[in-house]
Amino acid sequence: MGTWQIIWFILVGVLLIGYTILDGFDLGVGFWHLFTTGEKERQSLLESIRPFWDGNEVWLLAGGGALFAAFPPVYATVFSGFYLAFLLVLFGLIIRVIGIDFRDKVDSPTWKQFFDYVFAIGSIIPSLLFGVALGNVIRGLPLSQQGDFVGTFFDLLNPYSLLCGVTGLFLLATHGGLYLMLKTENGLRQKIKSWVTISWKIFLALFLIVTLWSLIAIQRDGQWFSTAVSLLSLTAIGGIYFFHAKGKSVQAFTCSCLNIVFIFIAVAGALFPFMVRSINNPELGLTIYNSSSSELTLKIMFLLTLIGMPLVGVYTFYIYRVFRKSI
Amino acid sequence: MDAVCLARLQFAFTICFHYLFPALSIGLAWIIFTFQSFYLRTGDEFYQTVSRFWFKFFTISFAVGIATGITMEFQFGMNWANYSRFVGDIFGAPLAAEGILAFFLESSFMAIMIYGANRVSKKVYWFSSLMVAFGSTLSAFWIIAANSWQQTPAGHHLNNGRAELTNFAEALFNHSTIIRFLHVIDGALITGGFFVVGLSAYYLLKKQHLAFAKKSMLFGLVFAFMASLLQFGLGHAHTIQVFRTQPVKLASFEGLWETRSEAPLLLFGIPDADDEETKYKIEVPKLLSYLSGNSADTVVSGLKEVPKEDRPPLLMTFLSFHLMVALGGYFLFISALGLFAFWKETPLENPRLLQLLFLSIPLPFIANEVGWIVAEVGRQPWIVYNLLKTKDAISVTLPAWQILTSLLVFVLLYSMLFCIWFFLIKRTLDHGPVSHSK
Repeated sequence: MGTWQIIWFILVGVLLIGYTILDGFDLGVGFWHLFTTGEKERQSLLESIRPFWDGNEVWLLAGGGALFAAFPPVYATVFSGFYLAFLLVLFGLIIRVIGIDFRDKVDSPTWKQFFDYVFAIGSIIPSLLFGVALGNVIRGLPLSQQGDFVGTFFDLLNPYSLLCGVTGLFLLATHGGLYLMLKTENGLRQKIKSWVTISWKIFLALFLIVTLWSLIAIQRDGQWFSTAVSLLSLTAIGGIYFFHAKGKSVQAFTCSCLNIVFIFIAVAGALFPFMVRSINNPELGLTIYNSSSSELTLKIMFLLTLIGMPLVGVYTFYIYRVFRKSI
Repeated sequence: MDAVCLARLQFAFTICFHYLFPALSIGLAWIIFTFQSFYLRTGDEFYQTVSRFWFKFFTISFAVGIATGITMEFQFGMNWANYSRFVGDIFGAPLAAEGILAFFLESSFMAIMIYGANRVSKKVYWFSSLMVAFGSTLSAFWIIAANSWQQTPAGHHLNNGRAELTNFAEALFNHSTIIRFLHVIDGALITGGFFVVGLSAYYLLKKQHLAFAKKSMLFGLVFAFMASLLQFGLGHAHTIQVFRTQPVKLASFEGLWETRSEAPLLLFGIPDADDEETKYKIEVPKLLSYLSGNSADTVVSGLKEVPKEDRPPLLMTFLSFHLMVALGGYFLFISALGLFAFWKETPLENPRLLQLLFLSIPLPFIANEVGWIVAEVGRQPWIVYNLLKTKDAISVTLPAWQILTSLLVFVLLYSMLFCIWFFLIKRTLDHGPVSHSK
């Protein structure tokens, strides 16, 4: 008893990590889109993500679907609790699709400029709010007996969670910039190189504050685990700088991916066995045991995933191979 | 308005808007695949031009479909938390499966189709068009399976205050899944067919791109005609399934109040929910019993079988059903007429027919929408038939003003999306196939 719940806790984590690594880089590219100048640069940025962003976003749908299927009460509490935040995320993700897909359908500078902003804003909003949501999850929520969020929207905008949001934004900006280092050339690449150095510094500062704040203010059993993993994160963050400075973009991007993996592991460690902690009464928290689907559902979902994910691996690999050179 | 009402309104609005696009995409995807197959077999560049042209409409609509589809997955948790808790054990799996098994497939091969024409072989390109069509159809399957479980739940038991899975195959292939899936996909083919036919008619009316438009129109008409013909059988089979598994819904289609054998089929009438009778009736005696069970002795349940509060909003279900059936008849008629004109080799000489075909483009969309209204409103007051009422399914601690806010956001945002979509469709049409093809 409990094995299947742990497996699904890990699998939901894997899907969210996959989402953050993959859609994370194209959200980050959206952030840098604000800073580019001229049609050529903007085209390069868009072309670097065009064949991939849609597939990347599917990770969110798969992750959301898996959360719904494996831990319905968690899905229900989080999505209804973060109502306005998720509305804004949706707003961002919707306008972003339109920005990317429709920008070049009309050959007019005004049209293009409008959709450039649409794309950038649509990327920045979710980048910021995913962090705010994660911050609130780490902190815990006020819950009712039934497991519903009983706070207000403004309770979600607490300083800790807002800081997590800004940290997330710079994490993804750095990540997207490192991806662009792989996909751009010449002058633009030089520009991005210096941008990434700046955003990396900001991210490092924010990361240190958030980590210390978490360790001091949020006392949990087994905190040594999250602390240890955070040190791994810090090593990866150091690796980013080291490789980035040396111009080894592949290694720098890999470090950025590892950093994301470590961050999720540290958060998972801080939560386990809870998925949503209750700050008013710990008994009301949603754990992987009291909030999971039946074992039969978990097993069948596992089977579907076992069939599906290798296929996903095959298409993803194929697509990245076909489009390894920018379009 | 209370929270339940607002949440229902929001769901109705977002799903109705969303469903305009997948139906068109699925239909177009299979038509594009057909053109690709002709291209692969004959090597005639003409088919590639035709296919690439219709693919442009596909991409524009597909983008709006993706954008508005994310809302749907979020919305269950956001507005319907109690529903999500109650059904998650069963309803979540198909949603996750849709992502893992269908969306990844679709999005990957879509990238090849949009950006990869010069990077892959003809065969891989053809295969990609098949996978896009297959992927979008597969995604429809998972969603229909999930929704069908709401209509005719099976393979579950009630435990811990929620529905828990006991048999996955029974839940997935419940009484209505297969027939509803076929009915919906066929509706999508009709939509795609009439879209191609209608826009081709526009060119023929304007005397532009004649060779292209004639060929497209012929393909579109064949699609539309075959799908419309098939829809008669599928629609009928679906109604029989509703008769067997959701008798109250069937009774509201027909405005039938008393349970009886030798039940008549209503040709015209206005059901009155307050007086519990259907007024101004024109009926064919015994036909409903005959259609439902192949015999006049078949007993058909009436609305009075269940208490008033367990009946669906009557007029809306009734009118939507009849409008859908009437449109189904029209599709068969008009596509047959179009094919007849082709057979007589006169499709160009009858501007009235061409105008009619052009003006018919929105009708399949309307038929799809009212079809869903029949299915969803006809199931009320239940969100899961006979298991959970809609009013008990809401996110209970969510303030109504937040739902109202999100509803307004969606109305504004989607109206903008619709205008942009329409503008781009019009523009693609004006550019035409030749000047724009590679």
